Amino acid sequence: MSKPAFVYVTYVATSPEKVWQALTNPDFSEKYWFGYRVKADGKAGERMTAVNPAGRLAHDDPILESDPPRRLVYGWKPLYKDMPDERPSRVSFVLEPFKGQTRLTVTHDEFDDGSKIFGMISKGWPAVLSSLKSFLETGKGLEPSWGEEERKRAGEP
Amino acid sequence: MIDTSTFTPKTVYVTYIAATPEAVFEALTKPEFTRRYFGGFAIDVEPRAGGAFRMLAPDGSVHIAGTVVDWTPPHRFACTWTMVSMPQYALPDCLVTYDIVQAGESVRLTMTEAHQWDIPDAILSGGRAGWPAILSSLKSLLETGKPLSVKMEPPKEMLEALNAMNR
Repeated sequence: MSKPAFVYVTYVATSPEKVWQALTNPDFSEKYWFGYRVKADGKAGERMTAVNPAGRLAHDDPILESDPPRRLVYGWKPLYKDMPDERPSRVSFVLEPFKGQTRLTVTHDEFDDGSKIFGMISKGWPAVLSSLKSFLETGKGLEPSWGEEERKRAGEP
Repeated sequence: MIDTSTFTPKTVYVTYIAATPEAVFEALTKPEFTRRYFGGFAIDVEPRAGGAFRMLAPDGSVHIAGTVVDWTPPHRFACTWTMVSMPQYALPDCLVTYDIVQAGESVRLTMTEAHQWDIPDAILSGGRAGWPAILSSLKSLLETGKPLSVKMEPPKEMLEALNAMNR
């Protein structure tokens, strides 16, 4: 049995530089990542942080690789107390120019068998990456369609 | 009737689109839309379960043929696929299902490609490369009015696996 791995590919009608900026700069992430401020513009060894819409720290993970605007890898361990206590997983972004557009491949792996967080991220990434694409192509991210638990975690009423 | 229980999902792709379920259903089932985001192919479908389904190349030749298994506008469209353009490989039919669900202010579109044989990953790589391009382009078309430029070739590993199978 291979370990669980989530892979998602999307094509965005913009340059890898713009996709990189959206993935690493919190002023951009806030507009499509459902209000989360994700900062990942440091070098390998520095931190990726994500602050939720209520101002709480949701992630503080190591940046493992950073090669702008081509490849970004960081660790992934949600800090919310109600999340299952699992070892950190790993998120890799690969950005490739494709006919004036960007092919973005997101791989989320390094999960243990039976991981509960794997099920959550498998639902979450398509929503986040669809919103990223909308934001970069139309200037407007998508509205979240969160369940009760996600809304509570994000600190929304 | 086609027994869909013999098909196992092998590739699933989910995308959220800022559009109505009706607009997404229309984009999946009308040739004036598919021509723009589905590699130039025009859909030709009888709008009922049991109806005929075809994807026609720009020169009018049949690329894919099949049978409509589910026609439930604007929530579900499923049909079998026979790869007419690759007769030399004699691949068993697959089943492609589109599910359209309202999700907040957008629509969640789920494409499921299911197979009735132990299909190798190398052959699945065709769909796994193609669907993200096709459905990304569909999303762009509905949200911006402009599809992407995503004409794709079958992956090398897929062609090698098909040729090896035929030997």
